Amino acid sequence: MTKILVHDMTLRDGMHPKRHQMTLDQMRTVAQGLDAAGVPLIEVTHGDGLGGSSVNYGFPAHPDEEYLGAVIPLMRRAKVSALLLPGIGTVDHLRMAHDLGVHTIRVATHCTEADVAEQHICLSRKLGLDTVGFLMMAHMASPERLVREARLMESYGAHCVYVTDSAGHMLPADVTARISALRDALQPDTEIGFHGHHNLAMGVANSVAAVEAGARRIDAAAAGLGAGAGNTPMEVLVAVCARMGIETGVDLFRISDVAEDLVVPMMDHPIRIDRDSLILGYAGVYSSFLLFAKRAEAKYGIPAREILLELGRRGMVGGQEDMIEDAALTLARVRGAA
Amino acid sequence: MSKVNVAILGSGNIGTDLLYKLKRSEVLEPRWMVGVDPASEGLARARALGLETTDRGVEGLLPAVEIDGIAIAFDATSAYVHAQNAAPLTARGVRIVDLTPAALGPLVVPPVNLDEHLGTGATNVNMVTCGGQATIPIVYAVSRVQSVRFGEIVATVASKSAGPGTRRNIDEFTRTTAHAIEALGGARQGKAIIIINPAEPPLIMRDTVHCLTDAPPDRDRITRSIAAMIAEVQRYVPGYRLVNGPVFDGDRVSVYLEVEGLGDYLPKYAGNLDIMTAAAVRTAETWARQVQRLPAAAAGGGLSP
Repeated sequence: MTKILVHDMTLRDGMHPKRHQMTLDQMRTVAQGLDAAGVPLIEVTHGDGLGGSSVNYGFPAHPDEEYLGAVIPLMRRAKVSALLLPGIGTVDHLRMAHDLGVHTIRVATHCTEADVAEQHICLSRKLGLDTVGFLMMAHMASPERLVREARLMESYGAHCVYVTDSAGHMLPADVTARISALRDALQPDTEIGFHGHHNLAMGVANSVAAVEAGARRIDAAAAGLGAGAGNTPMEVLVAVCARMGIETGVDLFRISDVAEDLVVPMMDHPIRIDRDSLILGYAGVYSSFLLFAKRAEAKYGIPAREILLELGRRGMVGGQEDMIEDAALTLARVRGAA
Repeated sequence: MSKVNVAILGSGNIGTDLLYKLKRSEVLEPRWMVGVDPASEGLARARALGLETTDRGVEGLLPAVEIDGIAIAFDATSAYVHAQNAAPLTARGVRIVDLTPAALGPLVVPPVNLDEHLGTGATNVNMVTCGGQATIPIVYAVSRVQSVRFGEIVATVASKSAGPGTRRNIDEFTRTTAHAIEALGGARQGKAIIIINPAEPPLIMRDTVHCLTDAPPDRDRITRSIAAMIAEVQRYVPGYRLVNGPVFDGDRVSVYLEVEGLGDYLPKYAGNLDIMTAAAVRTAETWARQVQRLPAAAAGGGLSP
């Protein structure tokens, strides 16, 4: 029987639709629910990872230290992970997370820029942490290019390398091609992971394709709470895996109760494929741009989906939230002059 | 008036771009380029342009300091090598413009604090980071109008313009820039973010500056201050441009910039590298003009420290 590790995103990717305003109590309650449901690994940080607190991405209700410090001591079985994007967070943040007791560090780069992760992956390994390389916007690189970048992360010491569909743009065949290429190229004991977004409703289908191609870590969020149209919904993934004979170790009733009773009531807006998140998936745009584009629409009168299309056309990558207001201003000026 | 003789340490992309800019200078004369590899293309190019070269590192340059009257050296090597280069040059009275992340000497962003360091006799100044050169003038332009509690910059550079040194030490960029946003820019707290974008054709460097002011921002004065500062930077980086803003949103002031390089040796999209070399040349030229005003004897064998 195939066994996979499901990695919960509710309290990290789910911070995007919450504008990073989750309370410590919400973090504790959801994490305890996930732990009791048998979710083995739970990510906790600002949506943009350690050090994400900023004008550009949003100031959180609490610093990463407080969120991690609130959740980690309460976990009975589950371990906690933290995300780090070099260029945003530094090794100082990594050391802080280690001191607070995180089990896993995930070092995220754009899919063609893995070499900026060297110092962070090396340090995470040196500290004895479970270390993951996270190749974002993976639809923008061919399978061959992705292999090159994954090999770099492996050479720095990553235990696991992720194909990260940050834009929710991939279709199952795209996932199969990339995961298979990595599985063939990496050492047998290096794990492969997949992180999906549901912008084209492919979260579960893509995750299944990933497992079939050899991925053994799959990201998902209770009720799909995540950027854009959300992440792969954990409770649905667990049910589908059970039907396919893939072992997750997660209790279906308990995880669906976490989704229904704890996470859905927390939502500021329904996490669904609306006309804007659909365009994220369609045009291949970073999912956390969604709310920024909606705010720019409200302020500058340019439809969010047109701003998102423009950002896709310009080849913007994860972290370029500053370019949303910039693009809206430019579009507004051009139209005003026309 | 005779030009001031200078040397370039480092024969890579930055050193070569510096060389092209220095060949145009009215006050600086590039005499030496220093490398470590006899087969270096950069050294060959320098020789073709009439410079003396050595492949023995700083040791190879030291005898020439007195003979050729080298007064200023640009260090475009690495932080590690800079630590070895600095002491023997300083001991011989050579002033150093450091383009590495070593930051042994005071940080300089020309339109913000170059004048301040001219008077102090600093012998080794550091050019901060590319993102710092592009953004700290704007943070300063806001903070000279009213107090800034938080200054944040986002620098986006083309993947092809981010060399292996930057990539291996990306934390150096965020730390040094954040520190300089406070120390030079005048913000009480600084935050720096760098993004590497692989789009083809490569994107011109983009820089975004967000300032949070204590009191509501004085729109007119801030707008005027930023416009004046941009004109100041354009004197040495003509491709430094305001794209959008300043945007005023509550206590937030945001400015969206792009930096196109001159395309001397590095491609035009690499404004991040161009603004470093341009700022370094501007710093050295300002020093050199000081020397030229001194009696000829004092200017002969290097600057007195």
